[in-house]
Amino acid sequence: MRRDIFQAIADPTRRAIIALIALQAMTPNALAEHFDTSRQAISKHLRILTECELVTQEQKGREIYYSLEIEKMKEIDEWLEQYRKIWETRYNQLDDLLATIKKQKEEK
Amino acid sequence: MDMEFVVDKEARTVTITKEFAFERSLVWDAYTKPELLDQWWAPKPMISRTKAMDFEVGGRRFYAMVSPDGTEGWAVQKYTSITPKTNFKFFNAFADKDENLQLPGSDWDLNFSEQDGKTRVSISIYNESLERLERMIGGGMLEGTEMQLQNLEELLEKLRKGKESK
Repeated sequence: MRRDIFQAIADPTRRAIIALIALQAMTPNALAEHFDTSRQAISKHLRILTECELVTQEQKGREIYYSLEIEKMKEIDEWLEQYRKIWETRYNQLDDLLATIKKQKEEK
Repeated sequence: MDMEFVVDKEARTVTITKEFAFERSLVWDAYTKPELLDQWWAPKPMISRTKAMDFEVGGRRFYAMVSPDGTEGWAVQKYTSITPKTNFKFFNAFADKDENLQLPGSDWDLNFSEQDGKTRVSISIYNESLERLERMIGGGMLEGTEMQLQNLEELLEKLRKGKESK
């Protein structure tokens, strides 16, 4: 099942994990040291983040390192920027329309 | 005031605030009358075409965003609450041309306030999923728009060259 990025960042522990691995790739054990929670709980969060394609895993010897997919985070911002532009265009059009209606009313 | 666009990713909410230099009744009409909505809702060169609209609680607006090549993207806005000239809320969802909804949708909350003859409109949009937001923005809509602009530029260029060669 493909998960949603909003879901990924909705949880405070996952946000903290993202912040940590944004700096450097980390193993689940190293991550668990930063939280008052079990190694299993951290693994579950990492699985969700992986399913969201926000993190990638890399095997180094016997350890698995998790790192952040920065590009995926940027995608969100790009979508939102496009959405902002749609509203700008829309509202420029509405400003023009309101001015036209107002003028027509005054002329009557 | 410029438009204010605030994204709260954790709350999955986008808030858009804008002040218009016009009285509230006029602005309210522009948001609630189909013949006015169709004149500004679609970012050019798209066209908004409202097929049916009954602005009352339980009613809905069923409309299409039509791109220059004639492609129609249908959507439905179901009104869940209306306080005249102050607030209205609707549930927005994409649909097919027969008005079958495609879920999930988004919840819209629109607030209107007037001060010194100016009207401030604040819209907050709650999306259940980001994938939906992605579709709302992508969905071929922007790509389509950009392609059209490119086509237009090419056409203008051709026309210009045609004139010069005469």
